[in-house]
Amino acid sequence: MLDIIENALGIPAPLLFGQLLLGLINGAFYAMLSLGLAVIFGLLNIINFTHGAQFMMGAFVAWMLLAWGGLGYWWALLIAPLIVGATGVVIERLMISRLYKLDHLYGLLLTFGIGLMIEGVFRNEFGSSGLPYRIPAELQGAWDLGFMFMPIYRGWVVVFALVCCLATWLVIEKTRLGAYLRAATENAALVQAFGVNVPRMITLTYGAGVALAALAGVLAAPIYSVNPQMGTNLIIVVFAVVVIGGMGSILGSVITGFGLGIIEGLTKVFWPEASATVIFVIMAIVLLARPAGLFGRA
Amino acid sequence: MARARAQGTAIRIGVLTDMSGPYRDTTGPGSVVLTQAAAAEFANRGFTVEVLQADHQNRPDVGANIARQWYDQGVDAIVDVPTSSVAFAVNTIAREKNKVFLNSGAASSDLTGAQCSPNTVHWTYDTWMLAKGTGAAIVRTGGDSWFFITADYAFGHALERDTANFVRSAGGRVLGQVRYPFPATTDFSAFVLQAQSSRAKVLGMANASTDTVNTIKSAREFGLHRSMKFAALLMGVMDIHALGLESAQGLLLTESFYWDLNDRTRALTQRVRQANQNRPPAMVPAGCYGATLHYLKAVADMGAAAAKADGRAAVARMKAMPTDDDAFGPGRIREDGRKIHPVFLFEVKSPAESRAPYDYYKVAATTPAEEAFRPLAEGGCSLVRS
Repeated sequence: MLDIIENALGIPAPLLFGQLLLGLINGAFYAMLSLGLAVIFGLLNIINFTHGAQFMMGAFVAWMLLAWGGLGYWWALLIAPLIVGATGVVIERLMISRLYKLDHLYGLLLTFGIGLMIEGVFRNEFGSSGLPYRIPAELQGAWDLGFMFMPIYRGWVVVFALVCCLATWLVIEKTRLGAYLRAATENAALVQAFGVNVPRMITLTYGAGVALAALAGVLAAPIYSVNPQMGTNLIIVVFAVVVIGGMGSILGSVITGFGLGIIEGLTKVFWPEASATVIFVIMAIVLLARPAGLFGRA
Repeated sequence: MARARAQGTAIRIGVLTDMSGPYRDTTGPGSVVLTQAAAAEFANRGFTVEVLQADHQNRPDVGANIARQWYDQGVDAIVDVPTSSVAFAVNTIAREKNKVFLNSGAASSDLTGAQCSPNTVHWTYDTWMLAKGTGAAIVRTGGDSWFFITADYAFGHALERDTANFVRSAGGRVLGQVRYPFPATTDFSAFVLQAQSSRAKVLGMANASTDTVNTIKSAREFGLHRSMKFAALLMGVMDIHALGLESAQGLLLTESFYWDLNDRTRALTQRVRQANQNRPPAMVPAGCYGATLHYLKAVADMGAAAAKADGRAAVARMKAMPTDDDAFGPGRIREDGRKIHPVFLFEVKSPAESRAPYDYYKVAATTPAEEAFRPLAEGGCSLVRS
């Protein structure tokens, strides 16, 4: 079987399987980040361009907790999303909430500006070359899968991301809170008339979306160096994922996140120079065929 | 202007550097501090020295605009200029306006080859010297088959090409390479796996700064250090700091300056440490110091007014005088503008060997000045009389 694949494709089968697995891992990051974006867009109608900076903040807060507070990775997984989520709440209260009555575009520009400012502050404070963050002792090492060497930490990232995606989907689709949220996006005035505090719910939703970005940042800290540009590099791809999946569709963002991770991984084998472009080519094709995205409501 | 005349002539030096992008930590504010340190040593010699700074954002158009403006407003010398594309622009403008360009930050060896100029001095390092320093040294220790992970732009291609030439001429083989999109790549694990499946003995990294750091992190994660040697072709103390010794230990890399090399480098470090955010100087800022100091010596020697009037003459005077500074020791500048000094192959210490932050290197080999850089006749510089 392996021989057939090797002969047909002209590359060693272990390399191919290795890349498929790596694509899945990268896809886990895309899925988690686009999930937060989808939640924020679906419920608030805000295109949150600060998301990359908030992902980066998650990684930095994890580093600060360790370097300044002596709190390791497991605490960071819990505390960093709370801290960064709280800054999200402040941003929403002070600035974004004033824009709901205006066109999408204003929210996009505001969040883009905030993202640039956050990145600038971190770069001035911590420099551009990044800070080291170690993989926690419990997750160090690797499994020998026969066809590749699989770092345990990367496996953990995939599992953790899947659980997060599933939990978010359950909260929004299957709980009373989720029902309120969905109802509020359809008709805020009516839901408010039933005694639900809609502005507070929206604020907390934004905070939760931001916390998801920060959580992904903590997961990323041991893999990539913790540096101020880490969000910028990723966010453009993640936006493409959200657009392909369908703006605001949670299922869409998760499935396309993983799917595009795999497609990108395969491109890295067959035509590495194109690996940064392939996602945008797919985006163009999808938008031509289905302007609302694969899972979007037209 | 009236004040300047009262105190004698003012020499104006502009530090054009990356204050906000990926090379900020290895150049940027450090380059400004070290240039100022050189200027401070030249107080009260019959002229005053003024240091300006600007951010070129790694964009040739922005850098060229600032250079033009500065030279027109009486700046006599521009220092640093990381990123080869920007340096090429400044190189042309300095020649056109007969001013001085003291390059420390840009790597391309073409600045003293095909593009050499009588107004430019290339001080600290270049791609040819990096390729020889690390590439040739690793082949000698048995690393004779290579796989390159290369940033897909001019600098990465040049570094890969120069290194591959050394590998082949030393009897080694290049088994393959992968060129990744720059700067749009954060995850290097896919490329690392390709390197692994090539079964080469050496992983050559023809990239810089965070890209190199991320490549090494991924390579260690996937266990490549068990079967391959890592050759980071352009890497410095600040990158090691970012990577952490745990991941960086055992790496071989080439630099022409290290703060803890000898008594003179330690004395320099002591003098500037506080102003430099309590960090030792990195290689490129040290080059800004050496180049500025030597330029000012030439200015003092020929007279400030004459130096201001003719940049070409100032550079000629720099070439005629032997160099000597705390960062690089004694050396000289060749007729093609290449400053030559010894170059070191360093091995990164293990966490147990390192006693303090930035105590990172052991000297693995020293290449004498005359052998470290591309031979004068091979660069194709028009200033070289054959």
